[in-house]
Amino acid sequence: MTTETANTNGGAPGTDPAISARGLVRSFGKFTAVKGVSFEVAKGEIFGFLGPNGSGKTTVIKMLTGLLPLTGGEATVEGLNVRTDSERVRERIGYMSQNFSLYPDLTVTENLRFYGRIYSLSAQRLKNRIQEVIDLNGLGPYLNRLAAQLSGGWKQRLALGCAMLHEPKLLFLDEPTAGIDPVARRQLWDLLFELSGHGITFFVTTHYMDEAERCSHVAYIYYGKLIADGTPNSLRELPDVQPPGTIRVEITTPEVTRALGHARQIKGVRSATIFGQSIHALIDDHLDFDALREQLSRNGAAVGEIRPLAASLEDVFVELTYKNQANGNNPEGSAETEAKHA
Amino acid sequence: MRDIFRGFGAVFYKETLHVRRDFGTLFFSLIIPLLQMLLLGYGIDTNIRQINTVVFNADGRRESRELLDRLKNSDTFHVVRYVTSDADMNNMIIGGKARVGIKIPVDYSDKLLHQMSAQVLVLIDGSDASVAGQAINVSTAIGLDESLRRALVNNASFAVDMRPKLLFNPDSRSPNFFLPGLTAILLLNVTTFLTAFSIVREKERGTLEQLFVTPVKPMGLLLGKLLPYLGIGFFELLLILTFMRFAFHVPIHGSVFLLAFLSLPYIFVSLSLGILISSKANTQSEAMQLAFLTILPSIFFSGYIFPRETMPKIFYAISYLVPASYFINITRGVILRGAGIRHLWFDGLALFSIGAFLLIIAARRFHNKVIMA
Repeated sequence: MTTETANTNGGAPGTDPAISARGLVRSFGKFTAVKGVSFEVAKGEIFGFLGPNGSGKTTVIKMLTGLLPLTGGEATVEGLNVRTDSERVRERIGYMSQNFSLYPDLTVTENLRFYGRIYSLSAQRLKNRIQEVIDLNGLGPYLNRLAAQLSGGWKQRLALGCAMLHEPKLLFLDEPTAGIDPVARRQLWDLLFELSGHGITFFVTTHYMDEAERCSHVAYIYYGKLIADGTPNSLRELPDVQPPGTIRVEITTPEVTRALGHARQIKGVRSATIFGQSIHALIDDHLDFDALREQLSRNGAAVGEIRPLAASLEDVFVELTYKNQANGNNPEGSAETEAKHA
Repeated sequence: MRDIFRGFGAVFYKETLHVRRDFGTLFFSLIIPLLQMLLLGYGIDTNIRQINTVVFNADGRRESRELLDRLKNSDTFHVVRYVTSDADMNNMIIGGKARVGIKIPVDYSDKLLHQMSAQVLVLIDGSDASVAGQAINVSTAIGLDESLRRALVNNASFAVDMRPKLLFNPDSRSPNFFLPGLTAILLLNVTTFLTAFSIVREKERGTLEQLFVTPVKPMGLLLGKLLPYLGIGFFELLLILTFMRFAFHVPIHGSVFLLAFLSLPYIFVSLSLGILISSKANTQSEAMQLAFLTILPSIFFSGYIFPRETMPKIFYAISYLVPASYFINITRGVILRGAGIRHLWFDGLALFSIGAFLLIIAARRFHNKVIMA
């Protein structure tokens, strides 16, 4: 019943990883939320940690940040054992939770000052750091505004600012872009890349596949088990995603619904799904494009263009999820149980 | 015409589901009134009985013991202690351990034997008008009865002369009685609510979780959160006292400093209670319901409205677990009876112990249910 973790990431040799997790297990009573998760995050990476709601993402973050004791396994963060050194771990990391965790009745400056004092920054250092964070995150125009009055994007920038005041080398961002408009989302990612360029490591959870594509390293957790771990490109080439002897194609057609029904009947088409005005299909590589077009047209679906396509991360995760479900990794009931505990 | 009720069925259906899902609200709206009824129905006996009484029998001979027996058999007086000096008797009353002091003079039997009128002093704590009234009525009635009995036998006139004397609240003003008690209830309200809300609000916002990922230590967090509310509670006390003194003209017979000092363990209890509530409640409305649950016993069991001694035994036992019981004794003691630290140290100590106990439980619960969940 065990599912192999699809690991294509060798880890950067020579330097200590920012995070190293080996066989993490966390149980809540009878329910096991995290079932032996292992991965490494190299320094300076933007590590995207993905998975459905209730699959254990937040639990893993809580374990790595020392909030939840490990039921089993070992983890080091910035070289420190989270079991024995969680207090020093907390000094060195920044954390931004899903709901930004700001005090709405405090101004931007007051929020920054509070979090700076939590980390016992000296008065001079606090003053300098607040200025740096304000400049970096562009908070200048809003200093005296109450956090409650900021738009989602600015709240998020302020929360990020609060999380990095003490100059952590590693930042955990738990769904930083949930409920943010696309422009703010893009701007946040630009900021993350800039900070990453300064050597800061990011551990980011997200539901957005386009954000996953931007990460230098992604892992996918499915009901407590890690089922994919590697660079986006290496994951696209996994045998489970792209079995030998198959290719992935995009078929443009004005009648996607009708074409999909027929495409799934055609011998040599392994799977097909709709993407806007086209169909993405996984087909046997001996299936001729012209024959495919011919068969679809005969059934009344006019076909524009057929061209080869690289698998998207969404394809990757969908394929791996199906494979896991087939292997009996059953999510029944676990989502609700975790929501209660998380 | 049907259209004006459009959606009625759907909304009604949805609403019944809400009511069934939200067990807490249902519980509070159905059970609390029942609970109040039980308390008022069983717990509150407006016939004042078993008033705590201290006796100084300076005579000690048969006649004096007969009188005491009659007083005891009236069911109105419950003798908690026999003392041997006026000072001890006064201390018992000032300390709130007894509400009535009966002093039988050393020549009581002699006077009766010589067919003279013998006086018995009945000192009555006047803070509670209903208790005081009952004590006056019953003691004079017994005196009259005893005199009549003797008159029939010996032809003596007015042999036993009961002399009731109201202490502390001679005019039986009800503000004097209620306001010191109200101080305890208000202080508990304010501090418990503020503390519970301040923590639950952080839970709702997610900032609490954020703080746990920082190097903040739990004790630093709690102390930093509680100190401002301790200050507010203290200020509230001063405000109430000022108002009580100058708007309602309730004289403060004891030391205001002592009252302020003894309020600290009480505020400490309220804060701990607030933390305990916040370890259980996840939303402000849940916190509100739980806080309400702590207010109820404080009103009914503390002696604020109904004298504790007249309650059924089980409620009387419960009243010892209610922090407000001790603080009401402190406020009434200092304000009305001019009590000092030697009368009230036990109440202060009891409050401090309850506070420490609650804080330990709260801290443990907080650690297990909030941080590690």
